[in-house]
Amino acid sequence: MWSIVDGYLGSYAPLGLLALVGVLIVGGGFFANSLLRPRRPNAAAGKRDTYECGLDPVPGGWAQMQIRYYLYAYLYVLFAVEAVFLFPWAVVYLQAGLAVIAEMAIFVGVLALGLLYAWRKRALTWQ
Amino acid sequence: MDKLKLPDMDYVALLPMLALFVAACLGVIIEALVPRRFRNIIQLVLSIVALAVAMFFVVKQSGEVVASKALTAGGAIMIDHAALFLQGALIVLGFVALLLFGERSLEFGGPFVAQAAVTVGSERDREQTGRELGSTETFPLALFSLSGMLLFVSANDLLTMFVALEVFSLPLYLLCALARRKRLLSQESALKYFLLGAYASAFFLFGVAMVYGFAKAVDFKAIHAEALLGEGNSLLLIIGLALLAIGLLFKVAAAPFHVWTPDVYQGAPTPVTAFMASCTKVAAFGGLLRVLYVGFDGLGWQFTPVLGAIAALTVLVGSILAVTQTDLKRLLAYSSVANAGYILIGVIAGQQLGLTSVLFYLVAYGFTVIAAFALISLVRDADGEATHLSRWAGLGARSPLYAGIFTFILLAFAGIPLTSGFIAKLSVFGAAIDGGQTWLVIIGVITSIILAFPYLRVVVMMWLSEPGESTPSVSIPGGLTSTALGIGTLATLVFGVVPGPLLDLAEKASSFVR
Repeated sequence: MWSIVDGYLGSYAPLGLLALVGVLIVGGGFFANSLLRPRRPNAAAGKRDTYECGLDPVPGGWAQMQIRYYLYAYLYVLFAVEAVFLFPWAVVYLQAGLAVIAEMAIFVGVLALGLLYAWRKRALTWQ
Repeated sequence: MDKLKLPDMDYVALLPMLALFVAACLGVIIEALVPRRFRNIIQLVLSIVALAVAMFFVVKQSGEVVASKALTAGGAIMIDHAALFLQGALIVLGFVALLLFGERSLEFGGPFVAQAAVTVGSERDREQTGRELGSTETFPLALFSLSGMLLFVSANDLLTMFVALEVFSLPLYLLCALARRKRLLSQESALKYFLLGAYASAFFLFGVAMVYGFAKAVDFKAIHAEALLGEGNSLLLIIGLALLAIGLLFKVAAAPFHVWTPDVYQGAPTPVTAFMASCTKVAAFGGLLRVLYVGFDGLGWQFTPVLGAIAALTVLVGSILAVTQTDLKRLLAYSSVANAGYILIGVIAGQQLGLTSVLFYLVAYGFTVIAAFALISLVRDADGEATHLSRWAGLGARSPLYAGIFTFILLAFAGIPLTSGFIAKLSVFGAAIDGGQTWLVIIGVITSIILAFPYLRVVVMMWLSEPGESTPSVSIPGGLTSTALGIGTLATLVFGVVPGPLLDLAEKASSFVR
């Protein structure tokens, strides 16, 4: 039995156990719930209303979105992508020295240039 | 943790790209901070200085190429003779095209619109067409695009190539939407180019994935080695190459991937069309050459027949559809499709002779096509450029000088001796016969004859028709357009009469380092 745990996939054993425990807890919870709750299959008043999560839905799925959001979406993508490169950089920059810090500064600078441009073109003011 | 090892960067070798990129960033700052009326001249001077610096370093570098040191940026970029030749060609052609960008004397505010997103036909739109200075973001956009092209022709692996492809394509999509007149056509062209370009990029990327699946690497040397070894699933390799080729052939506008060309060439502002027709073609063929001759050299006997069929189809489609066109910009677009086919014949010819002829053709055609579009931007009426063919009837009587120049350019396209077009076609066909592709040469010669018809029809219309009521006048060009026109025409003449120096240069450049 222990040979499985020591084998090639052995390091994944805790993960498998954790998954098993998770399934047991969630499944057990649902099972206990179904034993304890009252059974009323026919919709009672208010049963299908939104409960503690957001606004009541307004009729119609084709709502018009405010087009101005696209600018903010662009700017968000700009900096979201920046983070993708910043994380691995943050792990190594102390070893790599000044050149790498300067490189990242240039990279962020170029992105900041985009923000400067957007700001000067009054893309950041809601109009 | 292991000691971090940084990739070696030969910054001197990368300076041409960096110069253009820095200038483009400075251009963005200028857009943000400098008052509108000074921007055009500042941007123009900045761009020209950046191009001069880039050209200086390309020339300097070309004396110092060593095969062992050509690889840089951690193996991502290869600065060899071919890359430097293509970079130099891109910079020079980009310079001539940028002169057209800066022209402000033909109409108030220049060839570009101030705000591309304004609804066409609205009050605000009419106001900005007549009275607002055009946007000058076009300069940084063109510089970004050019730096992407420089990277594209020197990329040594497929991922770098993909990044470069996007860097040079995205600004082009934007530039297409900025025409001052005929806004709807312009927006349509930008949207079409963007959607189809996105598809082509997706094909390219899928091809990269397939090739990686075969070779477990994306750099050309490893792909070549793996293909020679012949182990692994070669189906992946062939599918990958086909998908890559679709992405690249879209950019060079080869049939059946050419359908965007006439719409985009017609709708885009004429300076941008000139830029695309010359520089994009050089960059895309540079990339195609590197992929085929460095990465997939071992697959020659598999891709040659397919590419041959595509080349034959391209010259046929381009020349036959050119006959039916009534708009000059569309006519030149189909002629550009046909020319892509001729260059493709040179690519298929292979060997050093084929490479030399392709490099020569790209430069010669680039100059001629810029001159052609520069001239089209001169013939205008109250509504902007008069590009309909019937409007050019009798132009020879109105302004013999410009009609003469245009006749010369059209004859160069047709491949009449004493023009660069003749030498270019001759060298491509010669290389193809040498490479055993005689059937392509036969098709090439036949289509050249077909293609001469639409050109000569324009010539006949200009000279032998009486000028009518609707014949527009030719605007007196400002210094910039006349310089661009002069350079383009002179280059067409010089490369036709004394092609030796450029051919020698192309021959020296016709070797890739693997």
